[in-house]
Amino acid sequence: MYAQLVETGVKRLKTEDEMSAQERDFQQRIDAEIKIEAKNWMPDAYRQTLIRQISQHAHSEIVGMLPEGNWVTRAPTLKRKLQLMAKIQDEAGHGLYLYSAMETLGADRDSEIAKLHSGKAKYSSIFNYPTLTWADVGAVGWLVDGAAIVNQVVLQRTSYGPYSRAMIRICKEESFHQRQGYEMLLTMMRHGTQVQKDMVQDAINRLWWPSLMMFGPSDEHSPNSAQSMAWKIKRQSNDELRQRFIDQTIPQLQVLGCSVPDPALRWNAERGHYDFGEIQWEEFYQVLKGNGPCNQERVATRRQAIEDGAWVRAAAVAHARKKHHKNVA
Amino acid sequence: MHQPLIPFLLRLGDSAMVQGQRLCEWCGHAPALEEELALMNVGLDLVGQARNWLEYAAELADDGRDADHLVFRRDQRDYRNLLLVEQPNGDFAVTMLKQFLYDAWHFQVLEHLSQSPDPRVQGIAAKALKEVTYHLRRSSEWIERLGDGTEESHQRMLAAIPQVWRFTVELLDSDALEQGLFEAGIIGDPQAIAAAWQQQVAATFASATLPLPPAASPFYLDSRRGVHSEHLGLLLAEMQFLPRAYPDATW
Repeated sequence: MYAQLVETGVKRLKTEDEMSAQERDFQQRIDAEIKIEAKNWMPDAYRQTLIRQISQHAHSEIVGMLPEGNWVTRAPTLKRKLQLMAKIQDEAGHGLYLYSAMETLGADRDSEIAKLHSGKAKYSSIFNYPTLTWADVGAVGWLVDGAAIVNQVVLQRTSYGPYSRAMIRICKEESFHQRQGYEMLLTMMRHGTQVQKDMVQDAINRLWWPSLMMFGPSDEHSPNSAQSMAWKIKRQSNDELRQRFIDQTIPQLQVLGCSVPDPALRWNAERGHYDFGEIQWEEFYQVLKGNGPCNQERVATRRQAIEDGAWVRAAAVAHARKKHHKNVA
Repeated sequence: MHQPLIPFLLRLGDSAMVQGQRLCEWCGHAPALEEELALMNVGLDLVGQARNWLEYAAELADDGRDADHLVFRRDQRDYRNLLLVEQPNGDFAVTMLKQFLYDAWHFQVLEHLSQSPDPRVQGIAAKALKEVTYHLRRSSEWIERLGDGTEESHQRMLAAIPQVWRFTVELLDSDALEQGLFEAGIIGDPQAIAAAWQQQVAATFASATLPLPPAASPFYLDSRRGVHSEHLGLLLAEMQFLPRAYPDATW
């Protein structure tokens, strides 16, 4: 999930009696599956929750360019380089869609980005892990985009119209890149050398658990979920989505001929799902707090890019103003 | 006519490849999100063009090497890219100036090649020309924005010009190989290309309020003989690392 922990600021759901007439109308609209649009009335907490969630999602697309961008100058063939460049370009585009969706709520892109750079706003924990080998690029495409898709497919039905429409466009592109990531790993496993196969397994070993963490805390530790679900911003719980991801990913892993670093993983015929081991929640919360392996580098890189580019943006504004004056005169 | 065409295809392909590689270095560092997208977009076009030219070169040479081999296993003395495109990115002013000077030349070259009697050259050039038309529009607009923007952006453009200008000598002169290809009707007239380039650059510099330096003079370096600046070796070391380190691998 690209937005793992979103504060709703709501401790307890209101009962129908406690709602104002406006709030009741709003909730009825939600319950009837009518999309909320930018000009509709909405509770302030709904607006703020969405701004937080969509901005986190947008920040994740942008910060997510960095671990893959780390390998774009070193991609080993022309085909792989072109695929990776196309993927990174799409991610920048997804960031732009999402910032636009967020701005329909009255938020400002530059000030939300400033919150990212000051450490106030979050982005997905997964992008705080380093890409150490080329196989990591394939594993990110397969596992990380795979997890994002499981989350985003559900968000296509999210209650806020502009967010839901952004998700529909994004999912189409993401699925394409995810298959490419998987195909990269499959090529290495089927036609590669032993060194390459070891590289793939090593990448999976390092990225498996961080990918599972993308779905956020377990349901019992998700205090904000109830309100997000009632507003239908979220449509399924963290644990449900995580389980779906595991169930669909393990068969793909078997086709690769790889394993997961989880001795507790086994098929549970009774449940019709895979059972799996306990996530290292301490690591998860540390990464969210800024203490992951690459948090400092990622934020510093983004901050530096925007600071170094200030004169360029100022020039563009000044030039546009000059042209405007010329046209008016 | 095929044998002389091969080194010419390498020149086209290598320049697009190295310029594309330089643009990859911007990933995550651009001055705005729109620029992240645009820089990667232009880079993607150029690497795609490099692949097309080098695939054709490899087919004509028919020596067992493919386009990947040409990109990832040739050393710098065998690379034939323009000196201009291997120069470091510097700040955004240097990057955009390099891009513009290259685009203005590239556009002219492709416009002629898209009329080439060699159907393969014609096809690749016609596709590339559409992309480079966009590249040139974008980079010339940036030269105007930066040149005629703020005092700081103007100063940065003034500082960028001497850093890259001497490398434009290669856009203006031609060697015996190109003369031969021109006389055979395969490529455009190098003199006409140079003149059109000078006109475009002069016009864009004028509207960007930038002084046009006198034409650059030839000097020791010469990419047509593989005599590059020191920057290319490092660029290739990074770009070629994986195929060199794992020569038996399949990616």
